[in-house]
Amino acid sequence: MAGKGNENVTYVDKSGKRLDGRKVDELRPIKVDVGVLDRADGSAYVEWGHNKAIAAVYGPREVLPKHMANPYKAIMRVYYRMAPFSVPEHKRPAPGRREIEISKVLSEALDAAVLTERFPQSQIEVHIDILDADAGTRITALTAASAALADAGIPMRDLVAGVSVGKAGGRVIADLTKAEEDASDAVDIPMAILPSTKEVVLLQMDGILTKEEWKDAHELAHKAAEKVYNLQKEALRKRYESAEAVEETEEIAETKEEVVE
Amino acid sequence: MTEEAIWNLKKDNIESLLSKGERADGRKPDEYREFKIELGKYHHAEGSAFVTLGKTKIAAGVKMSVEKPYPDSPDNGNISVNAEMSPIASPSFESGPPREEAVELARVVDRGIREAKIVDVDKLCITPGEEVWTVFVDLRVLDYDGNLFDACTLAAIAALVNTKIPKYEDGKIIDGEYTGSLPLNGFSTMSTFVKIGNHIVVDPSLDEDKVMSARISVSVNEKGQLCAMQKGGIGTFTAEEIDSIITDRVFKAAKPLQKVIKDLPSK
Repeated sequence: MAGKGNENVTYVDKSGKRLDGRKVDELRPIKVDVGVLDRADGSAYVEWGHNKAIAAVYGPREVLPKHMANPYKAIMRVYYRMAPFSVPEHKRPAPGRREIEISKVLSEALDAAVLTERFPQSQIEVHIDILDADAGTRITALTAASAALADAGIPMRDLVAGVSVGKAGGRVIADLTKAEEDASDAVDIPMAILPSTKEVVLLQMDGILTKEEWKDAHELAHKAAEKVYNLQKEALRKRYESAEAVEETEEIAETKEEVVE
Repeated sequence: MTEEAIWNLKKDNIESLLSKGERADGRKPDEYREFKIELGKYHHAEGSAFVTLGKTKIAAGVKMSVEKPYPDSPDNGNISVNAEMSPIASPSFESGPPREEAVELARVVDRGIREAKIVDVDKLCITPGEEVWTVFVDLRVLDYDGNLFDACTLAAIAALVNTKIPKYEDGKIIDGEYTGSLPLNGFSTMSTFVKIGNHIVVDPSLDEDKVMSARISVSVNEKGQLCAMQKGGIGTFTAEEIDSIITDRVFKAAKPLQKVIKDLPSK
């Protein structure tokens, strides 16, 4: 992980403030919206600092090609993709090795939450587009994906809530920015949990860390993930407690009646 | 295919409404749905726009990159338009490399911009024969509610209007610093008409897109000139129908789009 950053930069100053003025355990501003797309079965849009991710969910639906189907459970298919304009240098549109690996770890993290055993022979798809990237896109993507699965009405043990913690300038901090990831001693630890049981469903790390630092980082991650969890729940509540959502359900009911007639 | 069966059922209804001069959503034949343009949404893009047309949603971003010019135009910059129709936008879109629909969409949008000579490529030369700017316009279809051609063109033009040229020094782009706005000459809009039975309407909704037999997209510039055209679908247009669209109807239909594009604040 160790970046090319200047060793003279003070990543956390004497008053405990970071480069962008945050405290060590403070997250960037996060906004979660669910039900943002019309055609998808479920959808969510997340802004996390400068990161922007949109997720669409389909399913459970037929597995194609058929030989991929599992007779005991639904298979999760996750597609994490970056828009060519989401990064400083124009990115070629075809998915690279990084996007393929991230798709795999996200898929496994979500699989742990979804009650896949209820839908044998089927697949649940999650498509995520990163429209703006500024360190922490996989967790932004996962936050959106998990909320979109809930919006699609897919039964889950819990939402998946994640955060990236790590180290810069010798201090353990939450939610690293690009500038902090570039520190010469930077460590990045994306982590996600099922908050109600605290089970870890995603964990990656690159960089050098002592045991003590890990303990701090681990504790920090759990606390921070809890905040993300609350934002996800709030967004879902906002969507389904509002009058509009109720009206829509009624509309669907009416359409069904018409079909019966 | 269950979905196709549904469109077949809807076709009769849409057609019988049209024969009474009505559209399912209450619009007139040459009337667009509501549309909205948000500029500068994505901070890494040199220019960007988020466009909704009906419920169709498009995210467009422009990236500027320094490249070697083509040998036959050593003093000119270049423009490249790409479109992704990922499953985010529709249960019937598939993931993977762009299929023919997405390739056609990108190329038709590209021609509407290129042929109208909107981007002043002469001013995008850094060192003749060595270094020129390439303008990458990338379109992400996020929700497919019909008429991707017009929505993508609107998004692409809006993103270009919003584009700043990055500062370029000693062979490097300085991130976050700019030297001015992208040089543009006027603008163009695209208007797509579809034929359903014997009826022709502009800005097809999803249902109309699915049941149409033929489609024609016409790009016009701010001077009222035709810049590009593309016919699609297995159906046909009569010579009179084509004449009526490209000499008259397209200009009337495009008015609201042109008005909004003209008033977009440039960077």
